[in-house]
Amino acid sequence: MATPTLANAPTLAQRARNIRRNALLMGEVQGQGYIAQALDIADVLAVAYFHAMRFRAEDPAWEGRDRFLLSNGHYAIALYAALIEAGIIPEAELATYGFDESRLPMSGMASYTPGMEMSGGSLGLGLGIAVGMALGLKRKRSTARIFTLFSDGELDEGSKWEAIMSAAHHKLDNLIAIVDVNNQQADGPSKQMLGFEPLVDKLEAFGWFVQRVDGNDIDAVVGAFDAAMVHAEPKPRMIVADTLMGKGVPFLEQREKNHFIRVEPHEWQLALSALNAGDQP
Amino acid sequence: MKSAGLPPSAKPRLTTSAMIASIAAEGQRTKPAPFGHALVELARSREDVVGMTADLGKYTDLHIFARAFPDRYYQMGMAEQLLFGAASGLAAEGFMPFATTYAVFASRRAYDFIHQTIAEEDRNVKIACALPGLTSGYGPSHQAAEDLALFRAMPNMMVIDPCDAHEIEQIVPAIAAHRGPVYMRLLRGQVPLVLDEYNYRFELGKAALLRDGGDVLIISSGIMTMRALEAAQALSDDRVSAAVLHVPTIKPLDTEAIRREAGKPGRLVVVAENHTVIGGLGEAVAALLMRSGVHPTFRQIGLPDEFLAAGALPTLHDRYGISTVEVTRRIKEWLR
Repeated sequence: MATPTLANAPTLAQRARNIRRNALLMGEVQGQGYIAQALDIADVLAVAYFHAMRFRAEDPAWEGRDRFLLSNGHYAIALYAALIEAGIIPEAELATYGFDESRLPMSGMASYTPGMEMSGGSLGLGLGIAVGMALGLKRKRSTARIFTLFSDGELDEGSKWEAIMSAAHHKLDNLIAIVDVNNQQADGPSKQMLGFEPLVDKLEAFGWFVQRVDGNDIDAVVGAFDAAMVHAEPKPRMIVADTLMGKGVPFLEQREKNHFIRVEPHEWQLALSALNAGDQP
Repeated sequence: MKSAGLPPSAKPRLTTSAMIASIAAEGQRTKPAPFGHALVELARSREDVVGMTADLGKYTDLHIFARAFPDRYYQMGMAEQLLFGAASGLAAEGFMPFATTYAVFASRRAYDFIHQTIAEEDRNVKIACALPGLTSGYGPSHQAAEDLALFRAMPNMMVIDPCDAHEIEQIVPAIAAHRGPVYMRLLRGQVPLVLDEYNYRFELGKAALLRDGGDVLIISSGIMTMRALEAAQALSDDRVSAAVLHVPTIKPLDTEAIRREAGKPGRLVVVAENHTVIGGLGEAVAALLMRSGVHPTFRQIGLPDEFLAAGALPTLHDRYGISTVEVTRRIKEWLR
């Protein structure tokens, strides 16, 4: 287990802060990126990697690991930030983000990066792969779990609903999906693009065990992961995480068009400072 | 549907636009469900083999496998995007899925899912698809005229177009021995048996000269090899000597055999394929020959760049020039 046992081990809040910092540093390298999403999902990733998931940093392909499938490949900057914090990717590689020959391309791909289990980018792929992997783990009688993260915008894709039906049909209780409801898509607020509410009712009607939490409240996220892991019914588990774009950096939280952020060179230091300031008691 | 241009001797034959129609000619030797039986045979020795389908088990002969190994069979429902995503997931966990549907649904509906989750990730998934090219009279919804072009264009993907039951039986273990994604066209039901009489062995990536001749070289794949062999026989009655080079592996091409045979002087080169003339074997061979500086007189037999009609298969094969009669007639015309 990756769960810290030492008294002086970093808290989940510190992990989340470090993930945000890593993401901002990578964003600064390129001067742009899906940084607001990385900031909104950092708390969920901190809980996934440092509370829930079993993995071995030195052996990212360890057969007993819990698998994490990043369906929304444009969140790669967030997952790299978590993989660096987890020690799966060396911190020095952060400076290579998005450059030629880097293992950290802007969109997450299985063939590039240790710890990246799938090639995303084209939205709507992850949950289908997750169904296959969950079936495969059951075939192998493995106790490993599949975690998969996808965005609320992906709910627009029909393939997501094929997989949602399938996971329930096959009673995939080893599958925990997290949907990031930040209500922001490329063209505007997700709920204005293609309405998906009432999401909890819908997913429950589709046969899932569903919890909805504030995805930026670490205690609530921990509670949701714990409940998802111990739930007794033979159902797939969904955590609907409502998050705030740009979370942790107030002036980015305020920025209106924050699907793909351009940050002025001087603002990265301001963002990092804001992050540190927010971390003070 | 009118049967214009048919020889008057023809028996009464199918004249409806059925979805499923046998491609076996009247009285032709056939074998039932060669894919299904070969997969069962393979699965006896390879425990990693699993079968998956999207509501077309019976129509891809996968039901044979399902009966033999019910706990290794995944019915995914009529959801092709899910089918191939999940196949990628099972392959990621070390299994070797044989995923079946119709060629139109794999190539057109699920293309991105195969491209990204199977080909890009280089997963060991074998995709076997019925109704390839023009083997359904049901209309464009079920006619996969462009499947080879689409899968040829996909990096990492091996592409195979078998001729008959004898070949399909050998392809199944051969692609299992190859690690990586494969698209194979599937003939199902009562499948013609032709190549056993040619002492033929399928070899991955290899073309085979089934018949030699001095006037015309027919380079063909899939059921067009069967037609080419029949046409070659008919041509010999008219003292035209035809060679037939069977190219079951469309990608990677057996460039050496094709260059060698097409480079022999004095022969018309005809590529015959059950596929649109755009982007299939014909254009692959043409490009190879151009690149290689081999410049024979070159002709293509294939489906036109248009939405094909609904109708009975024999009618359509005549209309679009891929029946034995039409292949024979065209070659004679070109040689005139």
